Amino acid sequence: MQYSEKVLDHFTHPRNVGEIEDANGVGEVGNAKCGDIMKIYLKVSDDGVIEDVKFKTFGCGAAIATSSMATEMVKGKTLEEALKLTNKAVAEALDGLPPVKMHCSVLAEEALRSAIADYYKRMGKDPAEILGCSMDCAACHHEHDEHAH
Amino acid sequence: MKRFVYADNAATTPLSETAFNAMKPWLTEFYGNPSSLYRIGREAKMALNEARTTVGKCLNAAMPVNEANDYAPGEIIFTGGGSQADNLAIRGFMHGPTAKGRKHLITSKIEHHAVLYTCEALEKEGFRVTYLDVDKYGRVDLEQLKNELSEDTALVSIMAANNEIGTIQPLKEIAALAHSVGAKFHTDAVQAVGHMHIDVQEMGIDMLSLSAHKFRGPRGVGVLYVKKGIALEPLVYGGGQERGLCSGTENTAGCIGLAAAMQEAVEGLDEKMGYVKRLTDKLVKGVMDKVPYTHFTGDPENRLPGTASFVFEAIEGEGLILMLDNMGICGSTGSACSTGSLDPSHVLMAIGLPHEIAHGSLRLTLGEQNTEEDVDYLIETVAQVVSTLRSMSPVWENGKPNLTAASELHEHH
Repeated sequence: MQYSEKVLDHFTHPRNVGEIEDANGVGEVGNAKCGDIMKIYLKVSDDGVIEDVKFKTFGCGAAIATSSMATEMVKGKTLEEALKLTNKAVAEALDGLPPVKMHCSVLAEEALRSAIADYYKRMGKDPAEILGCSMDCAACHHEHDEHAH
Repeated sequence: MKRFVYADNAATTPLSETAFNAMKPWLTEFYGNPSSLYRIGREAKMALNEARTTVGKCLNAAMPVNEANDYAPGEIIFTGGGSQADNLAIRGFMHGPTAKGRKHLITSKIEHHAVLYTCEALEKEGFRVTYLDVDKYGRVDLEQLKNELSEDTALVSIMAANNEIGTIQPLKEIAALAHSVGAKFHTDAVQAVGHMHIDVQEMGIDMLSLSAHKFRGPRGVGVLYVKKGIALEPLVYGGGQERGLCSGTENTAGCIGLAAAMQEAVEGLDEKMGYVKRLTDKLVKGVMDKVPYTHFTGDPENRLPGTASFVFEAIEGEGLILMLDNMGICGSTGSACSTGSLDPSHVLMAIGLPHEIAHGSLRLTLGEQNTEEDVDYLIETVAQVVSTLRSMSPVWENGKPNLTAASELHEHH
């Protein structure tokens, strides 16, 4: 298994690590038993732009690198734009991931969507109408194709 | 200051100068096929048999006179490494005449995959396999062994020392129990030879696997010691080399390098391992003192001298290895991400570690070439890297792990 230089760069120098104290959207996915947990914090402006985004990740090199890349890709974007981010786009931006690590990119996409869903909930909106699902990944049994389990 | 510290001596070791020098002429000058009749072939054959004698002496094998060659012990079979030796021992024995039709085999849950997967393959062929439990230190349950042994048990195969946590098994007691029902005892001593005393006669070992590159010999060559009187089915059919058990033109230089490295390792064992153990003790104490929420794994006393194995709560091992690599340190982990599966190492599971915690494992294994300065650097860097990863971890809050909450939160898995 070989990581690309970009994965190693984002792992070694992760962008946007940390927490946002006054975040208005927080999402967490994954579980410790499987060895991956990602938590994303969003600070969304009144006009729906992601002003700041931070992450905390418990996981392997690819999990940390995909969190870093995903946060970098949505920073400064509107929520609508951020919702278009796919796990494949994150993986491609990292010059690819080993097949067994593709699930890390899925986790990054899910963590982001989960944080956005939380934001909509806090705004009194039903996230299911906008995202197509509730983003309650912990209770969801929908299998994603990209899961390399 | 950044250094390069190789602390993965259980994975492989650097070739020793002695072994390298012993090998050289057999790669360039005396390249003859040991089966050939002319001089450079005969010389290769003689050197191979001398290597066999050396290996036999290092193990204190009985060394019976071989009919084909009056000074070569027939008990030493050269193989392409430790895994081949394990396959030949277990598969070759269960299918061979010495098993006397018995269909039961006993091993443990913490064996190397060369043993475990061979056993699984045998199960598919109709043999019955018992996998013994181990305690929290990784020691096999002798009471369970006693209870599982029967007149149908052909072979007991238990590793001498574990590759991940270093725990040494009570070989003599296991051999005696196996013999009490007429079964034979094989030990995978790949991790042990050159790191602890092994005496096949005194310990009652019937078959023993070893691998050259674990004690500063070359990679790709190993040995199966087979006590006289045990007949095996061949592993590789062909030109009849290695008593027909592992055919193929002999790796002359490799076998000679193995013997030279083994002799060097065994002769200086007490001195070298005393030194390595002092370094390891310092490393274990340093890491345990400096890094909170850390668990030491393996037998605290009865353990290979160079093995230091830990688990750090709230972080994952693969990230740890990559960050240590950036700092010039080579170590290894049993985390799931390192194995490409969802489960952490079978050894860490068998000693009872919860999944959540087992993901954060680190194995550092020292050798005689490591120094005090290496150990100081290891302690300082491991503490620093663990702290960095924890600062990025969502399950590390206010200086302590919050794993219970996280696992309860996602209990459905």
